[in-house]
Amino acid sequence: MKQYAYYPGCSLESLGKSYQVSALEVARSLGVELLEIEDWNCCGATAYFPVDELLAYTLTARNLAKAEKTGLDFVAPCSACYKNAYFTNSYLQKDADLAEHINYALEADNLHVNGTSKVRHLLEVFINDVGLEEIKDKVANPLKGLRIAPYYGCQILRPRKDHENTENPQYFEGLLTTLGAEPIEYASKARCCGGSLIITNRKAALDMVRILLQDAVNNNADVIATTCPMCDVNLEVYQAQVNREFGTHFSIPVMYFTQLMGLALGIPPARLGILKEQVSSASLLAIAQNSNQERTL
Amino acid sequence: MVDELSFSYEISNLMYATHGEPITNCLQCGTCSGTCPAVEFMDHTPRQIIGMIRADLKDEVLASNTYWTCASCYHCTVRCPAEIDIADMMYALKRYSMWKGSYQENLIGPDFSEAFVKMIVNSGRSFEPLLAAAYLPRFSARDIIQEGLMATGLVFSGKMPLLPKKIKGLKRFQQMVKRIIPIGETS
Repeated sequence: MKQYAYYPGCSLESLGKSYQVSALEVARSLGVELLEIEDWNCCGATAYFPVDELLAYTLTARNLAKAEKTGLDFVAPCSACYKNAYFTNSYLQKDADLAEHINYALEADNLHVNGTSKVRHLLEVFINDVGLEEIKDKVANPLKGLRIAPYYGCQILRPRKDHENTENPQYFEGLLTTLGAEPIEYASKARCCGGSLIITNRKAALDMVRILLQDAVNNNADVIATTCPMCDVNLEVYQAQVNREFGTHFSIPVMYFTQLMGLALGIPPARLGILKEQVSSASLLAIAQNSNQERTL
Repeated sequence: MVDELSFSYEISNLMYATHGEPITNCLQCGTCSGTCPAVEFMDHTPRQIIGMIRADLKDEVLASNTYWTCASCYHCTVRCPAEIDIADMMYALKRYSMWKGSYQENLIGPDFSEAFVKMIVNSGRSFEPLLAAAYLPRFSARDIIQEGLMATGLVFSGKMPLLPKKIKGLKRFQQMVKRIIPIGETS
């Protein structure tokens, strides 16, 4: 069984609850053990950096230090948490002076960090460590005919220039194809959803959300698949406000990629937090169930 | 006698951890401005802001909403041909304007960041409903009603907890924070 030091992040305990339950269900059925890091703290999202840079890195380093003790890879399902952990970890590796400052603070909590963990996003763990072939073998209910817009968002792609193709990545599409679904091509799959601007500059964020929704709808997507609780909230919970603001009529379901994986793996929707959305996904369930019936006929 | 630090040097010093190229390497090509998804809501494009820093236009930069409109998506950073970490520079400008206490009055960003950090220092975790309470006074009555309706819906669907969580090792956590910033008696 593959084991990981799991960092759920604050959002997965509140607005992103269905991400949490579906991530754990899917991990279990794929033989992935997500061991929650003990007494973790908030990573700060985008709000620490405007106040104090060293504090921002230290708060993330505290979680990394706890993961290091286990010797397991650090895994985050939230792209913002992932980005903060990834940056902090790489700076710890190459900047001895920064590491010294951080470790001086961590000492007060009996911790020490070296930057030796590997920082991973949950999506990447399923795709690279479990592998598409093994996932394919476990698909019990192919999502046939479902047109999914893979929404990478920003922070999952941005930490590095040396990694995969950040301009036109394809791995999310690969996963969706494996689930039997039809990933759509659209230009804004890596365009930012606005993030915390939804609080600090509502007008700008709603417009950014509108552009994403419009692009997905123009390309006949049935659903948008997300990899981050912030993207999910902006695209789904604020969809009604986009409609009020711009006079649009969007009603496109938004789901976590883990919920879609769960459906394909045959996990009952209720255990994936499905149908708790603000924009109903009932139409999708019908498609998923239809394909299931066809298959059993 | 030591010369006064140039503005662009001050900003570079605020980017302690990131190892991007110095902003003086900027070619003024505008790739950042063309990439930015929030650019139309900014007083100045990212390219202009960099030009203004280099021209020592400190007051004009401090009066701009540009960096507070940055969503930190890092798209400019990964595309910059001069390898300047522009998104991080925007953070540095946010820090600079907060330290100087000089920013446009109607901005929510500075208050939001401060409220967020206070909450973390007090509990170790972030909690959306409390944050909402901190920033709602800045919105119009219509916004508040809409926000309230949305929050109610979220509580009913079980997505919003009613009480915030605290980490267990809060005392030691706060001692750790104190080694970096003087948090005084956190209340």
